[in-house]
Amino acid sequence: MAPEPRLSQAAVTARSLRKSYKDFVAVDGIDFDIQRGECFGFLGPNGAGKTTTMRMVYRAVPVSGGSLVVLGHEAGRQTADREIKRAVGVVPQEDNLDGELSVRENLEIFCRFYGLSYREARNRSSELLEFVNLSEKANAKVMELSGGMKRRALIARGLAGSPQLLVLDEPTTGLDPQARHNLWERLFALKRKQATLLLTTHYMDEAEQLCDRLVIMDKGKIVAQGKPRELIEREVTRHVVEVWHGEAAAPALPSEMQPLTRRSEALSDRLLLYVDDGEAAIAAAARHWPNLETRLRRSTLEDVFLKITGRKLDE
Amino acid sequence: MRLPRGGESVSGMNLPGDINLSMALCVWRRNFTVYRHTWVTNILPNFFEPVLFLVGMGLGLGVYVGGNMRGQDYVAFIAPGLMASAAMNGASFEASWNMYIKMYFSKLYDAYLATPAQMQDIAFGELLWGTTRALIYGAGFLVVLLGFTLAGRPILTSWWTLLVPLALALIGAIFSLMGQWYTTLINTIDLYSYYWTLFLTPMFLFSGIFFPVSDIPGGTTIAWFTPLFHGVELVRGLCQGPLELRHLGHTGYMLAVCALLLWAVPRRMRKRMVK
Ligand SMILES: Nc1ncnc2c1ncn2[C@@H]1O[C@H](COP(=O)(O)OP(=O)(O)OP(=O)(O)O)[C@@H](O)[C@H]1O
Ligand SMILES: [Mg+2]
Repeated sequence: MAPEPRLSQAAVTARSLRKSYKDFVAVDGIDFDIQRGECFGFLGPNGAGKTTTMRMVYRAVPVSGGSLVVLGHEAGRQTADREIKRAVGVVPQEDNLDGELSVRENLEIFCRFYGLSYREARNRSSELLEFVNLSEKANAKVMELSGGMKRRALIARGLAGSPQLLVLDEPTTGLDPQARHNLWERLFALKRKQATLLLTTHYMDEAEQLCDRLVIMDKGKIVAQGKPRELIEREVTRHVVEVWHGEAAAPALPSEMQPLTRRSEALSDRLLLYVDDGEAAIAAAARHWPNLETRLRRSTLEDVFLKITGRKLDE
Repeated sequence: MRLPRGGESVSGMNLPGDINLSMALCVWRRNFTVYRHTWVTNILPNFFEPVLFLVGMGLGLGVYVGGNMRGQDYVAFIAPGLMASAAMNGASFEASWNMYIKMYFSKLYDAYLATPAQMQDIAFGELLWGTTRALIYGAGFLVVLLGFTLAGRPILTSWWTLLVPLALALIGAIFSLMGQWYTTLINTIDLYSYYWTLFLTPMFLFSGIFFPVSDIPGGTTIAWFTPLFHGVELVRGLCQGPLELRHLGHTGYMLAVCALLLWAVPRRMRKRMVK
């Protein structure tokens, strides 16, 4: 068989991609490339434009400007859009399962939309129910499910068409830790099978674990991008020293620590020191504040996120 | 689990207006599945309403009208029109409240739009379903009329009755499309009460179901503009004859309106839902 020519191409390529609703610009000229087989993350505060970007990728809303190529098809024309929709699975942020049908019927109807026959749809639905651990609830009505079960049903539904690209908009919101880890396992399993994943999440640990590369959006623009570890090292430092001072006024940074500290940030109850040499800095901090609790930790994506998008809730 | 296998081309016949028939049939199938669960609770009120009219008006009022409805039995006079109105109601419920709920409350169409389906396919699928439902109600009524006929009432007196289901489907299609059109215009579900009280109910009363429209001044002219009138005349002609050239006119009128709306409504739906 001839080699699949599309496999070499990027899964998604966006250039100056824009989306506006009347006068309001929700996505303001963003560029990104998603490679086949990778897990690509979109992070950003509420209203940043993540869902809008996802909806453009899976062709539920028209593009207002720029160009967008998904799985080798230029988005925009009806026939191309159908081909894209055929190959993309979607787990939406909002629950839109069909409340009048059972879980199994929900999946079966979706399978039919992807061209499966009645028999194929039945088999595939059973597989999917098993995959998300919902076989016992197959015949339950959607409203009899717990919130987390609904999300799992949505994930199963997103896989109905055996997608090449799976778009997951906050898939783990509302899941218990157990279910979250189960889902991560499943996403890893999908990745091993060469599926491309496009993910948004508000859990930074999740993004760090799952995403090969990610972008951070704010107010419709991409404000940072890269591999999680690279992003951390570039945007913040390798380590953070936390100095817990309780409710008292934040202590000033002593002069001996200033060369060690690249940036400091005062929160209501602690002082954060972004440092490259963690060992030296924690030793100096412990010497200087023997009566305060001092802690050394690795920087996380959360530090990057907060630095870039601002600690709005604290301000 | 097998993965990924996706990416085969979207198959299925494409109708004019880029409507994909297999996607539309998926929407139909979903509605049929729901209907299978609920038909017992659903069919009774919808089915009994026209039967009540038939019994109440036909037998009750019929005592006074007697055989004076142009020499015809009153039950026999109103029965075909009531059948047409049953079809109208079945289709109208689907294209109004039910569709609005799927558009804005249950977000079902958002879910479908993430599949290969486009909004015009969904609208067309709903049209097929609305037509089916019209056919179910009309056909149920037809069975009742058959009973009345066998019991001696001169209701179904022509073999053309066999074509009544086609007329019912046409009525279903036209009212599905008009309901969908109205649905694309409104911003709150409460506005359907206007559709009913200002449009469907007057039509029910003045489309020649209960008395010939020519008996009120200007009645014929006004009636010609309302789709139900043509439906009533067509069904009555098929049930009781005689079929005349004007029945072709009634059919042509309804087909033309359907064609026009079929061109316009899926487009409007798309504009409304895909922004
Ligand atoms: N249909 C719409 N009409 C008008 N404005 C919209 C529409 N959909 C989204 N917006 C606006 O676009 C902006 C981006 O919304 P979007 O849903 O993409 O945010 P998000 O990054 O997904 O946020 P969240 O983390 O809360 O899910 C918001 O300001 C939102 O109000
Ligand atoms: Mg969102």
